[in-house]
Amino acid sequence: MNRTTLNLWVGIFVLLGFAAFLMLAFKVGNLSFGGAGSTYDVVAHFDNIGQLKERAPVRSAGVLVGRVQSVSFDTKHYNAEVRMAIDAQYHFPVDSSASVLTSGILGEQYVGLDAGGDDKMLKNGDEIKLAQGAMVLERLIGQFLFNKAQDGGSDKTAKGVQ
Amino acid sequence: METILHGLRTVGDTTLRIVERIGAIVLFLGKILRYSGPSFQRFGLVIREMYFAGVQSLIIILVSGLFVGMVLGLQGFETLQSYGSSESVGVLVALSLMRELGPVVSALLFASRAGSAITAEIGLMKATEQLSAMEMMAVNPMARVVAPRFWGGVISMPLLAALFGAMGIIGGFLVTVVMLGVDSGAFWSQMQAAVDFHHDIVNGMIKSLVFGIAVSAIATFEGYEAPPTAEGVSGATTRTVVSSSLAILALDLLLTAFMMKGWN
Repeated sequence: MNRTTLNLWVGIFVLLGFAAFLMLAFKVGNLSFGGAGSTYDVVAHFDNIGQLKERAPVRSAGVLVGRVQSVSFDTKHYNAEVRMAIDAQYHFPVDSSASVLTSGILGEQYVGLDAGGDDKMLKNGDEIKLAQGAMVLERLIGQFLFNKAQDGGSDKTAKGVQ
Repeated sequence: METILHGLRTVGDTTLRIVERIGAIVLFLGKILRYSGPSFQRFGLVIREMYFAGVQSLIIILVSGLFVGMVLGLQGFETLQSYGSSESVGVLVALSLMRELGPVVSALLFASRAGSAITAEIGLMKATEQLSAMEMMAVNPMARVVAPRFWGGVISMPLLAALFGAMGIIGGFLVTVVMLGVDSGAFWSQMQAAVDFHHDIVNGMIKSLVFGIAVSAIATFEGYEAPPTAEGVSGATTRTVVSSSLAILALDLLLTAFMMKGWN
């Protein structure tokens, strides 16, 4: 084998190997930088976001319209501040509402957007005022058990009267 | 009584021979390191061996990586779907590839593809008395033949493992996101949230480097110590594959046990 072709092949091999390593580091590992198309940011404050994570989907009517950009704790209002990057081709009225929803019972969490009726549209940096936090399963179960116990109690007293 | 004693003697003899062989390989490794100087002064020799060990293993590594990733994606999706968390399939594919399958499977493939070739080549050089001829010309065969092959293997192995892992993740992505319709953002974001650069990726690379050293040392040792007959060379080639595979799996258990501490 010719010396120069041999060097060429080994060079290609080494570069491929390093490219694979870089892909593992940046794309698979957490040394990531997000490449973005054209988007605009909106903010929403939730009382509880559950398991919502960065880069979680933002859906409207089930269609992916954006991604969660950052999740942080707002020390002024003591709630969660979620910044979302919405695809620039989708416009939402300013009175739209956002809620943290779950796909399936144990599935991942996402932000659902419901469009309002206002003529004005959300712009970059606007805040979605109507925001409903995540359902916390423990609270739901607690509430259910509480209601059940109340119902059971009233049934017994009703029987006792008979 | 006599049969019991005979049995015990056989066990003792086998154990001693295995320990002796491991010791001989470690001593041989020391000898390689001692004569490694010329390999780095004339790096062209190592590049030549990287071509034979690394570049020629590319196809088998890339294709196997793709298939392993695809199978992981399919199996993981099937199981995770019944818990409604099929988005986590990216985590499953990436973690199993980075921590175990990438380094181990690529090292096993490397041992059978490149290790056996190294053993056969050196063994045949010995059988045809090329090594003795070199010694006659005052060329040290350790420095001229063995060390470049060793370093070519050691440098190629982590690169091949990285390529295997990357191809596996592409395979998993193709099956789960493109074919089965898992959300692509959730696939990557959950993967990025779960895979740690240091604990998973760097540790995987360390594993593959250790496997590369073990496989290259065993392959060159078996070739160099092969009986100079056709039968001897064929036996040495088989032994390379068998003992490399065992060494890879045993070292993997050891390294995993040490690295586990960092995971929790």
